[in-house]
Amino acid sequence: MSQGIAFYAIFFAAIFTNNILLTNYLGMCSFLAVSREVATSVGLGSAVIFVMTTTSVLNWLAYYFILVPLGLVYLRYIVFIVIIAAFVQLIEMVIERISDKLYTSLGIFLPLITVNCAILGASLFMIIRNYTFINSLFYGMGSGIGWALAIVAMAGIRQKMARSRVPRGLAGAGITLIIAGIMALAFMGFSGMIKIT
Amino acid sequence: MAALPQLLIGIGAISAVTTVLAIIMVIADATIANYGEVTVKINDDKEVTVTGGRPLLSSLMEEKIFIPSACGGRGSCGLCKVKLTSDVGDYLPTELPWISDEERTQNIRLSCQLKVKKDIAIQIPEELFNVKEYVTEVADVIDLTYDIKQVMLRLVEPKDIKYKAGQYIQFQVPEYELTSESVYRAYSMSSQPSRNNEVELEIRLVPNGICTTYVFEHLKVGDQVTINGPYGDFHLRDTEVRALFIAGGSGMAPIKSMLYDMLEKGINRECIYFFGARSARDLFLVKEMRELEKKLPNFTFVPALSQPLPEDDWKGETGLITEVLDRHVKSGENTEAYLCGSPGMIDASVAVLTKKGIPEEKIFYDKFA
Repeated sequence: MSQGIAFYAIFFAAIFTNNILLTNYLGMCSFLAVSREVATSVGLGSAVIFVMTTTSVLNWLAYYFILVPLGLVYLRYIVFIVIIAAFVQLIEMVIERISDKLYTSLGIFLPLITVNCAILGASLFMIIRNYTFINSLFYGMGSGIGWALAIVAMAGIRQKMARSRVPRGLAGAGITLIIAGIMALAFMGFSGMIKIT
Repeated sequence: MAALPQLLIGIGAISAVTTVLAIIMVIADATIANYGEVTVKINDDKEVTVTGGRPLLSSLMEEKIFIPSACGGRGSCGLCKVKLTSDVGDYLPTELPWISDEERTQNIRLSCQLKVKKDIAIQIPEELFNVKEYVTEVADVIDLTYDIKQVMLRLVEPKDIKYKAGQYIQFQVPEYELTSESVYRAYSMSSQPSRNNEVELEIRLVPNGICTTYVFEHLKVGDQVTINGPYGDFHLRDTEVRALFIAGGSGMAPIKSMLYDMLEKGINRECIYFFGARSARDLFLVKEMRELEKKLPNFTFVPALSQPLPEDDWKGETGLITEVLDRHVKSGENTEAYLCGSPGMIDASVAVLTKKGIPEEKIFYDKFA
């Protein structure tokens, strides 16, 4: 395991230089669909932060305590997906039960996240990059924050753009993808600041 | 041979992981997500018991109470509004686009999004208790014009329907090329209430419309169609004053229903029916209306063409329906108006009518949304 990299370096790298959305283009579907308003994208963003952090930790435990000892590393995709799906469902039930407020701001976004590829992506990256438990925790959290940052920024831009006249053929997903591309270019400005992988 | 134990370990491990997760989910579903039986109190007198934790719209539907809804509970039509008289917590972000500030103060919620987790009290219009689901069979499809079809549905189960002339039903479109799930679309009945074992609809082709395309390209005599209804408060008021009917296109349907209903009930109040169309090929049921004129002495039918073609040889009224109204209606005193048609036509006509002095509370309309 790469002990050399400090957890805070991984944390900031996940937010800026290796932003999972803008450099890996993961989690695009909900990014395009739920970035119309800042308020809802904040809700979805915080749900992603929470789920990514917790599932990274859970999947790390499952990988190193179940799959590696049994020599079943090749089953990681299916195990990770099942764990993510079950965990998200469970959390949704709990949130719905305990707090209406939390459910309205966060809970309704959880089903959207179950199938978000960025969540699975984060778990797979942490395995590929041989992160320690602590590193994985901060990598998951950083990736979540990075994703949330990108979607909130996009929602801000789209809200501003609501009244501008977009050519018909580009309206909707088209212009959003172009903006995402330009945002990715802007995030390239951070590259070189921290070097990981 | 070393591969076999390896394979068995793999199968065993994945089974164990999924089983454990499944057991956790089952336990959670039975404990955390179990809200037991909850009661929904309707209009302070009727109480129904439903399984907790499910959306209000579908819970009520199981109790055979149908709230009007066009999208089937996905939160994309905003029709299934219900007034809550008990506290159920904050609005969900999925409801907000459909709720105005005024509705917020009255605690009006979208019933497909609101989950029933505890005992609640709601208020719905009494007439919704009459709403039922009907299985019908297509008895007849006739072309009224090149783009309007008259569809007759014979009721199979239940066998008869009770409604007021002018009300509408919802037509359930099954899955086909244009829709991956069944959807509902609203159509006014053009038959009158006395024909209580059939429902006649007038459906105009909307390019790429999910329901209209289905009706125009797939519906055949003998097909089964599910409808539910009746809905709406567009019906003839019980007064003696002059009535103006204004319609365009398939807006003919509820007006026709009202007129035949008047004929059967012997209501002989003064009424004028302005029907707007582009050219003669958009006109239909003119003969029937002329016959009604003979049977109802105080009824006048005024068809108007906005763009008559030379070959139409049109001698009647010309111009937009608003111009015709402006010419015919001298004063709005002692007058009620009933409008059915496109939103643009209704808004423009209402403006003319109010200018003539008809108060807004005496103008009733059914907008095609």
